[in-house]
Amino acid sequence: MDYTQITSEQQAAMLDAIGVEDIDDLFSALPEQIRFGELLDLPPARSELELQRELADMAAHNHGPHDMVCFMGGGAYDHFYPVLIDQLISRGEFLTAYTPYQAEASQGSLQAFFEFQTQIARLTALDIANASMYEGATAVAEAVLMAVNSSGKRRVLAASTLNPDYLAVLRTYLDELPLELIELPAVEGRVTADAVRRQMDDDTAAVVVQSPNIWGLIEDWNGCFGAAHEKDKTAAIAVFNPMACALLKKPGECGADIAAGEGQPLGVPLSFGGPYIGLFAATKDFVRRMPGRLIGRTIDADGRPAYCLTLQTREQHIRGAKATSNICTNQGLLALRATMYMTVLGKEGLRETAQQCYHKAHYLAGRIAELDGYGMKFDGPFFNEFCVTCPKDVTEIIEAAKRRRILAGIAPHGRRMGRIGEPNDLLIAVTEKRTKHEMDALVDVLQEVGE
Amino acid sequence: MTTITEVKPPTSGGGSKARASTRGERAVEPLIFEKSVPGQRAVDLPPLDVPQAELPDELLGAPVELPEVGQHDVMVHYTHLSNRNFSVDGNFYPLGSCTMKHNPRINEWAAALPGFASLHPLQDDTQIQGALRLLYEVRCFLEEISGLDEVSLQPAAGAHGEYTALKIIRAYFKDHGQPQRHLVLAPDNAHGTNPASCAMCGCDVVQVKTVHGHTDLDDLRRIINEHGADNVAAFMITNPNTAGLFDSKIAEAADIMHDAGAKLYLDGANMNAILGKTRPGDFGADIMHFNTHKTFSTPHGCGGPGAGPIAVRNELAPYLPIPQVVMADDGSFSLDRDRPKTIGKVRSFVGQFGVLVRCWAYISACGPEGLRNIAEKSVLSANYLAVRLRRVYEMPFFDPEHGRFCAHEFVTVPKRLLDKGVSLNDIAKRMIDYDVHPPTMHWPVHDCLMVEPTETESKRTLDRFVAVMLQIAQEIENDPASLAQAPTDAVISRADEVAAARNPQLVWDR
Repeated sequence: MDYTQITSEQQAAMLDAIGVEDIDDLFSALPEQIRFGELLDLPPARSELELQRELADMAAHNHGPHDMVCFMGGGAYDHFYPVLIDQLISRGEFLTAYTPYQAEASQGSLQAFFEFQTQIARLTALDIANASMYEGATAVAEAVLMAVNSSGKRRVLAASTLNPDYLAVLRTYLDELPLELIELPAVEGRVTADAVRRQMDDDTAAVVVQSPNIWGLIEDWNGCFGAAHEKDKTAAIAVFNPMACALLKKPGECGADIAAGEGQPLGVPLSFGGPYIGLFAATKDFVRRMPGRLIGRTIDADGRPAYCLTLQTREQHIRGAKATSNICTNQGLLALRATMYMTVLGKEGLRETAQQCYHKAHYLAGRIAELDGYGMKFDGPFFNEFCVTCPKDVTEIIEAAKRRRILAGIAPHGRRMGRIGEPNDLLIAVTEKRTKHEMDALVDVLQEVGE
Repeated sequence: MTTITEVKPPTSGGGSKARASTRGERAVEPLIFEKSVPGQRAVDLPPLDVPQAELPDELLGAPVELPEVGQHDVMVHYTHLSNRNFSVDGNFYPLGSCTMKHNPRINEWAAALPGFASLHPLQDDTQIQGALRLLYEVRCFLEEISGLDEVSLQPAAGAHGEYTALKIIRAYFKDHGQPQRHLVLAPDNAHGTNPASCAMCGCDVVQVKTVHGHTDLDDLRRIINEHGADNVAAFMITNPNTAGLFDSKIAEAADIMHDAGAKLYLDGANMNAILGKTRPGDFGADIMHFNTHKTFSTPHGCGGPGAGPIAVRNELAPYLPIPQVVMADDGSFSLDRDRPKTIGKVRSFVGQFGVLVRCWAYISACGPEGLRNIAEKSVLSANYLAVRLRRVYEMPFFDPEHGRFCAHEFVTVPKRLLDKGVSLNDIAKRMIDYDVHPPTMHWPVHDCLMVEPTETESKRTLDRFVAVMLQIAQEIENDPASLAQAPTDAVISRADEVAAARNPQLVWDR
C-alpha cells in the first residue's frame, strides 16, 4: 500500500492533458545512464495487518520501563503523563500541519507555541523562550554559539559535570570554529565558583553549568554565574531540568542569562532517546540573536489578538550564512506535548510531581546508604538522581536487578556515559512513578547482591 | 466520476470587510492563562507513600505560574486551538519543497507501541534487540534507496543532517592532509539551510549561478578555477533542484567536483520525485541527507519532529557520528561506538527513534514498486496541475512542448495577475478562504509560488485546486482591490506581521 489514489484511467487522462503518452516521458530529463532500471532491493510491500504483526513482534523483543521498574536517568526520565495528552496530540490538525508560515491558517499551533514560550520563560524565570530546539544537547550547543556570536569572545568554560552527551555534542559543534573549550574541574562532584574565576578572562564568552548535573547534584549556579558576571558580556548559561525548576531555584533566579535544557521530562515518552525537545530561554537582550522559531503576539486587520512567526530575519531562509542558526524544522509537536503537559499538570500538579520526585529519591538514597557496603558517592544536595558506591562492580548488580525486572540505574563508568566515575558507581533516578514497594524491592536486590 | 471545474466563492462573497464581524467569538480564543482559576486542577497524583525529606530553603524556588484549569476546559482549549489550524488531514496543503503527503496512522500506532515508546535510551543492547533491528533495517533501506554505502540515523532534521554531512566532509579532508578545503559551493537558489549549515561548520559559501533554474556548470568550473580546486570541499545541490526540475547534468557536475578532488553533496529534500527512478549514488553523489518528514511520510507536527539521516560512500563512512547500529555475524544487533575517526556526536543518545519507527512502517508498506509509484504519481500530479494552470499562472521553468517538464513541484510567477495590482500575498491569503493552504512563497525566486501536490492527493482534489486558482484569477480580473481583504473566511483577518516584528511580544506578561 503506497497510499496513492490516482487510478490508471485517471493517470491516462492526466497524461493526455499533459500531452505525453507514457509516465516515463515526464522523467525525460533524467539521462538514460543514471536511470535506475531495476527495482530497489527492498522487502516486498506488506498489508497493514502484516505490518501490525511484524511491528508488534519487534516491539515484543524489547524490554524496558513498560515491563520493568525503571530507575534509569542520565538525561531521560520515566515520568508519568496523563492519557489526555496522547489524545490531544493525536489530533490530525496538530499532527499533520507544518511550520506556521501562514498565520491565518495556523492560529491554533501559533497560539499554543506562544503559550509554550510563556510557560518556558516562567519555568526558567527568564524573559523570553523560543518554540523549541531538537533536544537538550543541541540546545546547549546553540546557547553557547549564541553567547559567542553576541559577545564576539572566543573562550567557553563548560562544567565537566555536564551530561557527557552534551559535552560531546558541544565539542563537535565547537571544533571547526576558532573557539576554545575549557572543561571546569569538579570537586566532590560539583564545579566551584573558584574554578570558574580561575579560568575567567576578558575573552570568555560563556560559562556553562548544568544543575542538577550528571551526578544528580545541585550545582552552585549563584556562585558560578556570579563569577562569570565579574567580566563584562560573559553569558551565564544554565543547563536545566524542567522538572527540577518546578521545585528548586530556576536559572533566572540564580543569575543565568541563557537557559538550555532537555524537555523530555515534560510529558515526552522515553522512546529510546527521541524525538525529544530542546528548551531554550534567555534574557530579552538576546531577542534578535535567538536560534529557532519565535512566535509573537500581534493583531489582525480588525485589531483582534493574533499570533505569527516573528523576527524571521534571524533565520536561515532569509539570512542564509548570516543566520543565527541553521535550524529549520524543530520539534513542534513535542513543544505542543510539553505545553499540554504543563497545562494538564498545572501550577500545583507540576510542583507536587517535582516534590514527589525529591522525597522519593531521598527515601531511596537514605535506605541504600544504610546498607552494608553501600554509600553515597557525594555529600552534595540532589534532586531526583544520585550516585551510590557499591561493594562490587556495578554490572553484576545491574544484571541481578534485571532478573527481578528492575532497571537499577546507569553505570557511569560504562562507555555510553563516556567512562566517568568508577566501576562500582551506580547512578539512580527516581520519579513520581516509583512506589515505596518498588524502591524497597531495589533495596532488597542491592542488599542480596552486596552480601 | 465528475471533474470539478468550478468552485463557489466563500459564502458571503469576495472580500467584504463586513464579513470579519461574522467571525464573532470564533475570532478570539483566550489564552490558557486567561482561563486559569486558582486551585483548579486537571489531574491528580497518588498520595506520597514515603516520608518527606528535608528541603533546605536556600534550594527552594518560587512556584511556576502555570495555568490552573480543570480537565474538561483543557480538552476544550486544545480542541478549539486544533480547529484553528489547517492540516494535511483537513486541507490541500501544496507547500512546495515540504512534501506534505498523507501521514498513515499505522505509523503512529507503531511508534506508540509500549515496546518502542517506553524504552530508555541507555538500556543494554541485549534488552532492545527489536528496536535495534528496526534501526538497522531502516539503515539498510536508506542505503539501498540512496545507492550509497552507509547511513547514519543520528541527525534530528534535514538541516542537522546537512550540518553533520559537512562536518564529515571536513573531517575527511583534514584526515587526508587537505584541511584548507573550506569552500562549499551552492546554487543561488539553494535552500537557506545550506549556507547556514556551512557557516556553522566554519566553511565559506560561494554561490553558483543558475540559468533557467539549472546550475550553470560553466560558472561552477569558473569558480573552482578562480578559488583554486584545492580549496573546494564540496558542491551542495538538490536534485530535482529547487526550481522543481530534474538536473540532467548532475552526473557532469559530479565529474567536475571529483576532478577537483571535492565531494558532491546531495540535499535530499526532493527525494520524493526520484525514489526508485534514480539513485544519488548512481549519479555521482558522495554524501546526502534524507528528510524523513518529507519523503517518508513522518508527520510534520506543526514544525517537527523530523529526522535527517545521512548516507555516504565508503571513503566517508569512518567519520560518521557515533553510535552506529550494527549487526553481528550471529544476527544480533548492537550500538557501535568504536570508530576512531568519528566526528563525535551531533545529538544526545541514538537519534529520533520514534520518527524512524514511522519511517520503517512507511517504507515497508510501500515496498519497491510502491516507492517508484510514489515518484511517478508525485511527478504526474505536479505536471498535471502545471499544465492546467499555466495559461493563467506563468511558469518560467515549465515548457512541456519542448520537453521541459517539472518534477514533483513547479514554480509559478503570476506576473499578469500581479500586474493587476494585487500582491503575491493577496493571492496566497485568498487561497485560505478556499480551504487551501498557500504554497511556498518568494522562493526560489521572488514573487513566485512553489506548488507541490504530492502523490497522495486524489485527482478530485487536484481538479478542485485548479478550479480555485482559476476562480481567484477571475476575482483579480473583476476586482483586484477586494483581495487585499483576504482572508475573509479564516478565523482571523490578516495578521500584522510587521507590528509583531517591530515590537516583539513573545510571552504573555499578565
